[in-house]
Amino acid sequence: MHHVRGSNHFLPAVEEAVRLREKLKDAVKSIKAVTIGPPKSIETLRTALAMGADSSIHVEIPESAPAPEPLAVAKTLQEIIKRQEGGVDVVILGKQAIDDDLGVTGQMLAGLLGWSQATFASKVEIDAVKKEALVTREIDGGGEEVRCKLPIIITTDLRLNEPRYASLPNIMKAKKKPVEKLTPADLGIDFTPQLETLKVSEPPQRVGGGKVANVDELVAKLKEAGFTAV
Amino acid sequence: MLSLRRIANISLRAARAHHTALNTVTEQDLAHFAKILPPSSILSTLPPSSAASQDLEQYNNDWMGKYHGSSTTVLKPKTTEQVSQIVKWCNERRIGIVPQGGNTGLVGGSVPIHNELILSLSNMSKVRSFDPVSGILVADAGCILQSLTDYVAPHNHIMPIDLGAKGSCQIGGNVATNAGGLRLLRYGSLHGTVLGLEVVLPDGTILDQLTTLRKDNTGYDLKQLFIGAEGTLGVITGVSILTPPAPQASNNVILALPSFKNVLPLYEIVKRQLSEILSAFEYIDRTAYDLAVKHGQGRALTDEEVEGAECFVLVETSGGRREHDEEKLADLLEFLMSAEEPLITNGAMSQSPAQFSSLWALREGVTEAVAKEGKPYKYDISVPLSSFQDVVDNTRKHLETKGLLGDHAVKHVVGYGHVGDGNLHLNVVAESYTPEIQAALEPYVYEVVASHRGSISAEHGVGAMKTHALHYSKSDVSIAWMKKIKEVFDPRGIMNPGKVLE
Repeated sequence: MHHVRGSNHFLPAVEEAVRLREKLKDAVKSIKAVTIGPPKSIETLRTALAMGADSSIHVEIPESAPAPEPLAVAKTLQEIIKRQEGGVDVVILGKQAIDDDLGVTGQMLAGLLGWSQATFASKVEIDAVKKEALVTREIDGGGEEVRCKLPIIITTDLRLNEPRYASLPNIMKAKKKPVEKLTPADLGIDFTPQLETLKVSEPPQRVGGGKVANVDELVAKLKEAGFTAV
Repeated sequence: MLSLRRIANISLRAARAHHTALNTVTEQDLAHFAKILPPSSILSTLPPSSAASQDLEQYNNDWMGKYHGSSTTVLKPKTTEQVSQIVKWCNERRIGIVPQGGNTGLVGGSVPIHNELILSLSNMSKVRSFDPVSGILVADAGCILQSLTDYVAPHNHIMPIDLGAKGSCQIGGNVATNAGGLRLLRYGSLHGTVLGLEVVLPDGTILDQLTTLRKDNTGYDLKQLFIGAEGTLGVITGVSILTPPAPQASNNVILALPSFKNVLPLYEIVKRQLSEILSAFEYIDRTAYDLAVKHGQGRALTDEEVEGAECFVLVETSGGRREHDEEKLADLLEFLMSAEEPLITNGAMSQSPAQFSSLWALREGVTEAVAKEGKPYKYDISVPLSSFQDVVDNTRKHLETKGLLGDHAVKHVVGYGHVGDGNLHLNVVAESYTPEIQAALEPYVYEVVASHRGSISAEHGVGAMKTHALHYSKSDVSIAWMKKIKEVFDPRGIMNPGKVLE
């Protein structure tokens, strides 16, 4: 399809934060959106602000720079979190970036901070009083429930929610909400790429199956292949 | 009113009289077809094929369940040569033929009136060539529109037409009906984008004008006759079409309007401010929106966003440069929201590919929602934009005076459509199709259209539905000359009999 703006992963993260505020009300003191990228990635912050974030940070890198690697992103977020007055309780990220599809940033960040992590979340419940989160994670073959102490890193699965549209009045209001501009140097983070792609290969071609004419032939083929009845 | 109805009935009888000059398919015909086609290309209730008549249901009945044919035989050729031989035989034997593509037409043009032979193009579904530099695509008539869209996408091109039926409709049928759709505003009609056609004429002759030339002024442009002829002058077997480059950036936004009166001034502002990046301007009235939401066609707006909205407009932009387009769109929205007397109360802009599709679904899904809600009478009309709402409201009032408004008869009267093209889809959603409702609507709607010097079919075509109503939009001179042309191409009247012309 032609290029439509926005990433499908980022919106559920923002949506979940806004829903948490709708549920927990004053317990959520502020929602801040962060993006790391070239000048035009400020658009993602405008979207987040239009959906309900209060303020935002744009860590700007040059247009020509290579896409930041997960470890650099994680270290950047760690530094930003450290600098937040009053601390941070919940960090929600998309499960993977649309540039590299790696899906490791959230996990690295949790490791760096020593925080709880619940990745591929399809359901999130926060108890602000007990300072606990109950998260259902999407895993092969079903869902896994984990109970975590806050502060917590959550990465979102697409099934987590259906993000609201940005309404026009909110888009207008978002223009007045603050966008703090920073550079990697301001945070003391080195974005020099550490990873080198050695090889990219396709998965091996699947060999086609064969058609059988009837059940007897199927049974014969199974026996040939060494399957016995139990 | 009564005298007009009598005229309509007499015409129908005349059509049938002409029609009874045609022969039905017999076992001998089937034996002949078996020599031209493999068994997999023949579906017939006659021996030796002896299929159950249920197996032909999807071919004999239209998408809405409004028109029902009783054909015994469906043929599905794989090559143009096979089509030619079938048509040649039918011409000699005076057997009526209904060419059929995806069978998604809305005017009963793609199913038999009686037991005409159904000639399905579904098995002719290959892309013949594509030139990524010029964007010229040559394809078999049976290619599904969505497949062609998917085919040219990796080359950064798109099809010049887009319609809700894209998953099932075929390009041959699109061309035969001169389908309009959601992109006409931006890319124009098929009369402009189709470069060449391969057609099998009613006597079986293959007319090969499948050129890939962008410009060719050599003689009368015959292909223009077949575009929009709805299969009454020949069978389209191949299409050469110009596909535009895919836009680098697409955005859409849905706007809520407090009054229908704001649509026209809104359109003028949007056209002026977005200019070359405007690619669609679609209208849905409040009822249409509510029905689309009710039947889960797309994510709904919030109650706050739709409060006080009498109708909605969906605007799409498509351009070459993301930042430029978004700036234009942002400026437009700011202008609209901060105007002293705003034309809109609210709206929502999509922020991701999923939301882009969802907003479109609210418009594209109206057709399906209406079909799920009841039995729709569909009037696809061109009238001045300023009279859209009046036409819908007056139709509703008219039905009320006849005692036909209510859950027992007509449940909803909705309006939606390609407002940028002056094209309104008036849908009267009934509990079931009844002669009373039919009589109340026709010729009432056609008379209203005629009073506006409008078209009784903006894009859906004439089919079987409007053959008797052609005179509301075309003069007797025009109709007489159309009949002369039909006579020249199809003297035996075998090609889609009873459609378009009486």
